[in-house]
Amino acid sequence: MDLHFGDSKPTDDERAAVDALLGPPESSWEGADRSDADLRWARGGREARDRRDLLLPGLHAINDRIGWISEGALDYLCRRLTVPPAEAYGVATFYAMFSVKPRPATVLHVCTDLACAAAGAQELSAGVEAGLGPGVHVERSPCLGLCERAPAALAIKAGDPVRTAVCAPATVRDAVLAATSPDSAPEEPPAVMAVPQAGSPDLVLLRRVGVVDPSSLDDYRAHGGYTALRRAFELGPAGVIREVTDSGLVGRGGAAFPTGRKWQATASQPDHPHYVVCNADESEPGTFKDRVLMEGDPYALVEAMTVAAYATGAHRGYLYLRGEYPRALRRLEHAIAQARARGLLGDDVLGQGYAFDIEIRRGAGAYICGEETALFNSIEGYRGEPRSKPPFPVEKGLFGKPTVENNVETLVNVLPILTMGAPAYAAIGTATSTGPKLFCVSGSVDRPGIYELPFGATLGELLELAGVRERLRAVLLGGAAGGFVRPDETDIPLTFEGTRAAGTTLGSGVVLAFDDTVPLPRLLLRIAEFFRDESCGQCVPCRVGTVRQEEALHRIVERTGAAAADDIALLREVGRAMRDASICGLGQTAWNAVESAIDRLGAYE
Amino acid sequence: MTAIPLGVPRRLVEFTIDGEEARVPEGSTVLDACRAAGKDIPTLCHGDTLTPKNACRVCMVEVEGSRTLVPACSRKAEPGMTVRTDTERARHSRKLVLELLASSVDLSTTPQVAAWLKEYEAKPDRFGPEAARLNEEPRIDNDLYVRDYDKCILCYKCVDACGDQWQNTFAISVAGRGFDARIAVEHDAPLTDSACVYCGNCIEVCPTGALSFKSEFDMRAAGTWDESQQTQTTTVCAYCGVGCNLTLHVQDNEIVKVTSPHDNPVTHGNLCIKGRFGYQHVQNRG
Repeated sequence: MDLHFGDSKPTDDERAAVDALLGPPESSWEGADRSDADLRWARGGREARDRRDLLLPGLHAINDRIGWISEGALDYLCRRLTVPPAEAYGVATFYAMFSVKPRPATVLHVCTDLACAAAGAQELSAGVEAGLGPGVHVERSPCLGLCERAPAALAIKAGDPVRTAVCAPATVRDAVLAATSPDSAPEEPPAVMAVPQAGSPDLVLLRRVGVVDPSSLDDYRAHGGYTALRRAFELGPAGVIREVTDSGLVGRGGAAFPTGRKWQATASQPDHPHYVVCNADESEPGTFKDRVLMEGDPYALVEAMTVAAYATGAHRGYLYLRGEYPRALRRLEHAIAQARARGLLGDDVLGQGYAFDIEIRRGAGAYICGEETALFNSIEGYRGEPRSKPPFPVEKGLFGKPTVENNVETLVNVLPILTMGAPAYAAIGTATSTGPKLFCVSGSVDRPGIYELPFGATLGELLELAGVRERLRAVLLGGAAGGFVRPDETDIPLTFEGTRAAGTTLGSGVVLAFDDTVPLPRLLLRIAEFFRDESCGQCVPCRVGTVRQEEALHRIVERTGAAAADDIALLREVGRAMRDASICGLGQTAWNAVESAIDRLGAYE
Repeated sequence: MTAIPLGVPRRLVEFTIDGEEARVPEGSTVLDACRAAGKDIPTLCHGDTLTPKNACRVCMVEVEGSRTLVPACSRKAEPGMTVRTDTERARHSRKLVLELLASSVDLSTTPQVAAWLKEYEAKPDRFGPEAARLNEEPRIDNDLYVRDYDKCILCYKCVDACGDQWQNTFAISVAGRGFDARIAVEHDAPLTDSACVYCGNCIEVCPTGALSFKSEFDMRAAGTWDESQQTQTTTVCAYCGVGCNLTLHVQDNEIVKVTSPHDNPVTHGNLCIKGRFGYQHVQNRG
């Protein structure tokens, strides 16, 4: 590789931001001033290129300090990491939170997605744009994962250190204040506010949220923390996998793949090392359960990742956290540091001679990175484009090695499986959908938040709990990639098999209720816009199909019946090809919600 | 004497294509097998010397047991597989992909695509006159070649050829995302400010003419480009001792472009700036 760097030089600030992450450069080969020794000695090649996975953290470092990424800063980072600038430019321009054009140090992300749109996001963003001067860049953002407190805004002020302020429910005045002075913005309400059932003795996954101090390891242990890991060490790796398999746990991220089988397949791979990846890139519009778990009970995730690693023979875990979750980041960073300091991570976990550590990687605004293979690419320092499967991650995953990837909620389920035993866990829920399930309820309900119910409860029961309002028009199950159901379908059992039988999906557990004040065609347009915006652009059906879908929905936004028929027929044809021919789930599901709105709700009749 | 590498003997994989028995060496793709069986499957992003990227999705076939269609170009043949290449479902998908592509970019210089559009009865116009297109002006910033993004289908072949699969220069990448994604050099600068070494290997693999020789671009603009009048002569490059094969494309006794045979064991279609572009001296007839 013969790298070429331009003449652009980094500013002192930019250089300092990169050096704070990577340490000072050791030779002129990686960006220091030239010395005599450099003429006779060079370090590069594989050793330097092996650090490519630091590209995304490096881009974050620059963006956090300056607010955008200049040519000089990008070139300096490339020099440090031996990454070709063209590729780094491709990566930097992939993520929504980065800018390669100058912009103000403060960016205010105003959520315009489904729950927030229904709660007045348009007025909010128009208001803040009018109320803020040129010193703040206002960005209309996809779902910020604060749906229970819609509408939401997130202010990020670049500097050393970077400052963030979350504002939800946001008024124009609060959002303007958060953007102009993030430090004096009011504190976010505690995570427990998103759990209306908090304190109920029936809770399994949420039982500690609001009960333990999320910053205290001792408090976590006092509430049963680390008993699951102890049990895991008693059982041995094969025993843990047996328990997880017997429990019937399936992935909670949307795909519902049997977790035990995934772990077994990874554990039995002869290739090493193995990796554990926690997918905490929760970006599905309407989903916020992982955020609440991470903010309210961060040690549970650390413990669960340790169990997963022990069972599958991994010694290194990556926690890929979406970039829009500043508080979850702080809490998890603290939890991991505490666990490390107390011997619960590191070379000798719990004195059992087992080594495991976790590294947090922040996403930078890309829904597609929730797709497991796109997430690997993102961690590795490439564009977050999905890989084609096979090979599957259990065989060739992160860094081309066997990898087990699980969503936050899935992992947290492993703790009760080990503490209560597989039979007791499997007794919860139904025969084929076992265990408790988290649902993210928002929209037109009185008590939005995360609800935990055993599988098998009906949609109506859940909506009842959340205080559904009158004149319910539609419920979106499973988020933007899910499907709408009618208000008279509330007897659908919330299980994988039950929703499938009803021709819809449980997806990631989103339950978004809309009353008849929400204009359905506008909502569908927003869903189409979301997918068009979040398509990575790698394959044709998704890259162009999402654009054609949005265009057709624009044409019929005010039309019904015969006037819309041609475009609906066109939508069906495009949708079918997207479902059949896209590389990954994003393109394959981008038509689901719109199709269900046409077929089940009669959206354009 | 030309050395023909024989390689390690490989086992044969048995499966069925459209109800007929097929046997291909282990490691072959479904596309290899289909072509061996005489099936015509359209491909755009597939390159004979590059790892399949399966980004264009026109080669989709049905494989029994698979929820979605499967890209023939990159899926390896597996024992017992049941492949169907010409079902309604596969044809629908190919037709739509061709329509989506043709409605967003200019495919007028893409070989074979006109025939496929006809065969699959694709009607790119049905997305209406307002359908978003790239509509970008060609970028002419050097004397050797032209980048015309209006014709680019983002097949990634030039990226792979410039990167670790051929040239190892890494001057180009995909920048941006979704419909706004574009092939770009660092900072989206002019080519002359980039890491480009003008080997032209990206032009060699470009399936649509989005990358073309300046000579070809100018002649097309002047209306003088006429492939039926061109002869192709393969010879050996005289610049150094490697022995790269050059194919000289000659029209009206002038070299109009230079390619390299992909089945040549020395180059596999690769050249350097001299072999690819350094032909003016031949035509200085004083």
